[in-house]
Amino acid sequence: MNYSIIRYIIGWVLVLEAIFMLMPCLVALIYQEKSGVAFITTAAICAVIGLLMIGKKPKNKNYYAREGFVIVSLSWIVMGLFGALPFVLSGEIPSYVDALFEIVSGFTTTGASILNDVEALSHACLFWRSFSHWIGGMGVFVFLLIVLPLTGGSNMHLMRAESPGPSVGKLVPKVRETAKILYLIYIVMTIIEMIILLVGGMPVFDAITLSFGTAGTGGFGIKNSSIADYSVFCQAVITVFMILFGVNFNFYYYLLGKNKGNAFKMEEVRWYFIIILASIGLITFNIRGQFESLPMAFHHAAFQVGSVITTTGYATSDFNLWPQMSKTILVLIMFIGACAGSTGGGIKVSRILIMFKTIGQEIKTLIHPRSVHTMKLDDKAVDKSVVRGVGAFLMTYAVIFCASLLLITLDGKDLVTNFTAVTATINNIGPGLMDVGPTGNFAGFSVLSKCVFIFNMLAGRLELYPVLLLFTPAVWRKN
Amino acid sequence: MKVIIVGCGKVGATIAEQLVEEGHDIAVIDMNNEVIQDITNSIDVLGVVGNGASYSIQKEAGIEEADLLIAVTGSDEQNLLCCLFAKKVGNCSTIARVRNPLYSHEIGYIKDELGLSMVINPEFAAATEIARLLRFPSADKIDTFAKGRVEILKFVVHEGSVLEGYSLMEIGRKLNSGILFCAVERKDEVVIPRGDFVIQGNDVVSIVASPKDAKTFFEKIGVETHQVKDALIVGGGTIAYYLAEQLLSMGIHVKIIEKDTERCEVLSELLPEAVIIHGDATNHDILMEEGIENAEAFVSLTGLDEGNVFLSLYAQSCSKAKIVTKINRISFEDVVAKFQLGSLIYPKHITAEYIIRYVRAMQNSVGSNVETMYRLIGNKVEALEFRIREESVVVGKPIMELKLKKNILVACINHKGKIIRPNGQTKIHVGDTVIIVTTQQGLRDINDIVE
Repeated sequence: MNYSIIRYIIGWVLVLEAIFMLMPCLVALIYQEKSGVAFITTAAICAVIGLLMIGKKPKNKNYYAREGFVIVSLSWIVMGLFGALPFVLSGEIPSYVDALFEIVSGFTTTGASILNDVEALSHACLFWRSFSHWIGGMGVFVFLLIVLPLTGGSNMHLMRAESPGPSVGKLVPKVRETAKILYLIYIVMTIIEMIILLVGGMPVFDAITLSFGTAGTGGFGIKNSSIADYSVFCQAVITVFMILFGVNFNFYYYLLGKNKGNAFKMEEVRWYFIIILASIGLITFNIRGQFESLPMAFHHAAFQVGSVITTTGYATSDFNLWPQMSKTILVLIMFIGACAGSTGGGIKVSRILIMFKTIGQEIKTLIHPRSVHTMKLDDKAVDKSVVRGVGAFLMTYAVIFCASLLLITLDGKDLVTNFTAVTATINNIGPGLMDVGPTGNFAGFSVLSKCVFIFNMLAGRLELYPVLLLFTPAVWRKN
Repeated sequence: MKVIIVGCGKVGATIAEQLVEEGHDIAVIDMNNEVIQDITNSIDVLGVVGNGASYSIQKEAGIEEADLLIAVTGSDEQNLLCCLFAKKVGNCSTIARVRNPLYSHEIGYIKDELGLSMVINPEFAAATEIARLLRFPSADKIDTFAKGRVEILKFVVHEGSVLEGYSLMEIGRKLNSGILFCAVERKDEVVIPRGDFVIQGNDVVSIVASPKDAKTFFEKIGVETHQVKDALIVGGGTIAYYLAEQLLSMGIHVKIIEKDTERCEVLSELLPEAVIIHGDATNHDILMEEGIENAEAFVSLTGLDEGNVFLSLYAQSCSKAKIVTKINRISFEDVVAKFQLGSLIYPKHITAEYIIRYVRAMQNSVGSNVETMYRLIGNKVEALEFRIREESVVVGKPIMELKLKKNILVACINHKGKIIRPNGQTKIHVGDTVIIVTTQQGLRDINDIVE
């Protein structure tokens, strides 16, 4: 275990966080808010600690997979611990655990809140919440790889630990170039959304924060009613962009590059859209009686499906009041989640695809016991270790899910609330059903339950293993 | 530059690692998923799993924008096919590794017909390197510049040598020979020595000189300089065949000991002038019988690295022969180097070095003007040959007026075919080639030598 490289890189993460925190300071300055002091104080703390940590360069810059995992998960925890400070210092969220819940929910792009009245927050705090979505969406390390000249070490280990999906590939030979391309696509798409929302008549602050929330597939609104009070046009724009940010970013790279054919070969993206369309169709049919017209039913169905499958968690209407079938479909697609390599969470469409293909193979093997099958995805053979990895992932997922469910039952809430609360946090969605539905929040849970949710959100964002690794003693041994 | 490497064995990986370090964009293609996993984990390259001779796989690796494709898979035919397709699709330069002796006789034809930029035969290259060493057994390593007009020779100063205890200035005055000390390795440290540097026993010294001056120098310090008269080769593989061929043409007697009967027969057919011995060389009676004690050169070329090292150690203990040891696997270099076995030959390093030299030369047209590059003493010192194409800050001024960076030595200037050993008054002209020895890595341009 190379401890000094871990210290060094986490130091950089803190410096980066300090820089990120200057943005809400700016917002506080514009709106003349006192909460700016809390942000500038925290930024200073982060910067000082960070600079102390990077002061001494590590002797050995080589690190391997386990350091990569540890660095990434520790960094996310550290970011949360410091990111929560401004809320406490400004007194807007007095309890530290609540503040931690809120900011972890932000960085992991969950969008679950413990706030009963969002509108009471200052602009700076609202901005920081939404901005954390944007940072967490594409990933801190993907960004760090661009700015930090890490030589020697194997940067792929960092990228792999943070990027979602069963296997991570590069777009171009250099990790840094790949990271740049991803961020460029991310930034451009975010700006386009902001502009369209502004054209649609949305106030500037709302357009910026909501775009951050959409881009990171986060889901923090700045109104108690989430997105319900905005115009139908703005809602439609957000629908489209939520779905676009849930697409594997490789798709856009291929689309813009020379190999356009590759983009349409991506089975995952194809199935992602098929699932979305099917769900929208079914829900529209199911809820048509609750809205004045069929197009409006379609509009709300599309928004909700887009919001849930991409694990964003915005809401235009209280789907808790929808018929059982619609609610069930929404809960099911909560598990599916977005594409690998997108900013969304959940199990990921590609894993679901591999799972179904495994089922298909198993059935074929039962019919022809001696038959040999090679699983293919995007016309390419899927390595056996990837298939095994998906199986193990689902098992781990189920174990963590059940354990969390059991732990939070101590609060005495009903099963639907508990089940969807765990679903909404581990899949980084935000709202669930009943008490934690679109109009509710997580304020009613005990401190223990909140800690369980914080763990779930982190585990869900980093795809379980990096966080689990922290609890494995063997990882911490010197050799 | 964008480079695609097909085949990710030891050579492929070595080249990839080196080229990434020099800042190129590398894509690696290999059939074996695990190998690709490993390399993408350890260095910053794009890995593609598949058959490199396939058009779609090449396209996936980005052949359309690539400047160079290097095919170093285990199969000659596949390498040639890769290059053929790459040439058609990507219009890039191509390098193929072709090792079958059958093809190597027709290599010129193949190269022209398939439009290859370079063909490398690792065994042949290794044999050439060994032959060069046997021609001049006092040196452990010889690298050539300026089309062979200048050499860098590495040798060990033995205890009790006439050089011991003298500073370089004194040696220069005493011997008055046209050589230049360019690097000295003492224990684990490497220095580019100044005039007041005192040579000690067991120093590993590199000198720059023309072959003739080098010969005179070695004669003056009382070291044998004539080429060996006979060579005992253990192991009758491809390198042994190429080596024997070259040695015989130089008039050196060759004796090959080989275990396999059939191989012995093939060799005796191919090399009628050589003495082919059928027997196991690990049996020391055979070595004695074949006169290892009196051999002037002993070359261990069996397929087993450990065997080679032990054979050489044995030869060292019982004879005064010039010893050359072939090592295939690259790990544990430092340990092997500690045995002081004389010359070590790493065929895979040689292949990688040839290819990297070509890539650097290719860059010339893109801006850098490195002609040749060698690494001396591990990777700590580089000797680079620059061609001066145009006016620059270094041209036309006496060298003493240039503000050279630390640890840079202008070792030699080739002015219109004349080799000049520069002093403070020497000026560099357009059209010269200049040899720089430095411990700084990554010099790309002659202008990089000044502050």
